Amino acid sequence: MKRLLCAALLAPAALIFSPASLAEEADYTLVIQDHRFKPEEITIPANKKVKLLVENRDDTPEEFDSHDLNREKVLMGNTKGIVFIGPLKPGRYKFQGEFHAETAQGVVIAK
Amino acid sequence: MLATAVIVFREVLEAALIIGIIAAATRAVARSRRWLAAGVVAGLCGAGAVAASAGVISNLANGIGQELLNAIVLGVAVVMLAWHNIWMSSHGAQLAASAKAVSNDIREGRSELSVILVIVGLAVLREGSETVLFLYGIAAGGGSDGSMLAGGIIGVLAGVVLGYGVYAGLLRIPLRWFFTATAVLVLLLAAGMASQAARFLIQADLLPSLASPLWDTSAFLSEESVPGMLLHSLVGYDEHPAGMQLVFYVAALAAIGIGMKLASRPHNSKPAPTASSR
Repeated sequence: MKRLLCAALLAPAALIFSPASLAEEADYTLVIQDHRFKPEEITIPANKKVKLLVENRDDTPEEFDSHDLNREKVLMGNTKGIVFIGPLKPGRYKFQGEFHAETAQGVVIAK
Repeated sequence: MLATAVIVFREVLEAALIIGIIAAATRAVARSRRWLAAGVVAGLCGAGAVAASAGVISNLANGIGQELLNAIVLGVAVVMLAWHNIWMSSHGAQLAASAKAVSNDIREGRSELSVILVIVGLAVLREGSETVLFLYGIAAGGGSDGSMLAGGIIGVLAGVVLGYGVYAGLLRIPLRWFFTATAVLVLLLAAGMASQAARFLIQADLLPSLASPLWDTSAFLSEESVPGMLLHSLVGYDEHPAGMQLVFYVAALAAIGIGMKLASRPHNSKPAPTASSR
């Protein structure tokens, strides 16, 4: 079992240092500022996987959270992160910043 | 304050359920309480460490470090829960027969204790680090009057009460169903975690989603609702699962289920089990 555990831990470690996907090549960018998303609406093609760069320009952490998209990701203050979404059927998919849900609301529209 | 309490409760919920179930399932294992408590303490330390280095972690692997960490933590937890269930199904009958620990199984008993520590520790670490970040965010955002702290404490207490409720409720189950009941709960917990691990790997684009979503039951049972939240934590309910999540779920169920069957079979036919599975 120990050997299995080691393998389980080492396989992702190899990935960490592999130059797979660069944040700069994201398809869409979502900025969090003053606990709001900019833009609050993103239109993406339906039935296609999309690489979303979420950039938190606030000093506080935020959690990009969406039950509709089945995604959650914590973003520390002044950091960026990648979230892959889709392929999605045409429709509206709400997301929010869970830590400031009263203002941080947005929607992905798949067409 | 209420909003803070609700978010903290939601984060604490899963860890509280896991601790409640594991506490009940291992009640006959000697010294399990102490190891459980050690797991909580280790998990809190780990949560603090993960929260403090969250910025570094998310920048690893080109922005998917957090997903990898979550998937690894979940994966290790699944293995540990599997080990626990398989161990229980080969020793459960003995433990039930004599309330004290079985003396000739000290070695296995010891590894079971460290498994308890790891399961509890990882559950607290995973849920706790997000709680720490959330509370830190409010504190840093200037909302650090007493109400935020009060909300956080209420959320944690509500989680503790729920976890204790699950524990106390499970202990009321008659002994002849007790091991089956806790084994099924742990099995479903593990399968749910395997599905969550798959979701993080899909989010990081390391796995294909196969179908996304496979179904949409958000109108029928929302994950925002209390029953939805509970079912999500307990059996891995997902209102929009990807096909790959179901594959992981079923694979975990099958693998652990078969392991339990194999572990319990020689035990039932022979009076004195000798073989260790490792």
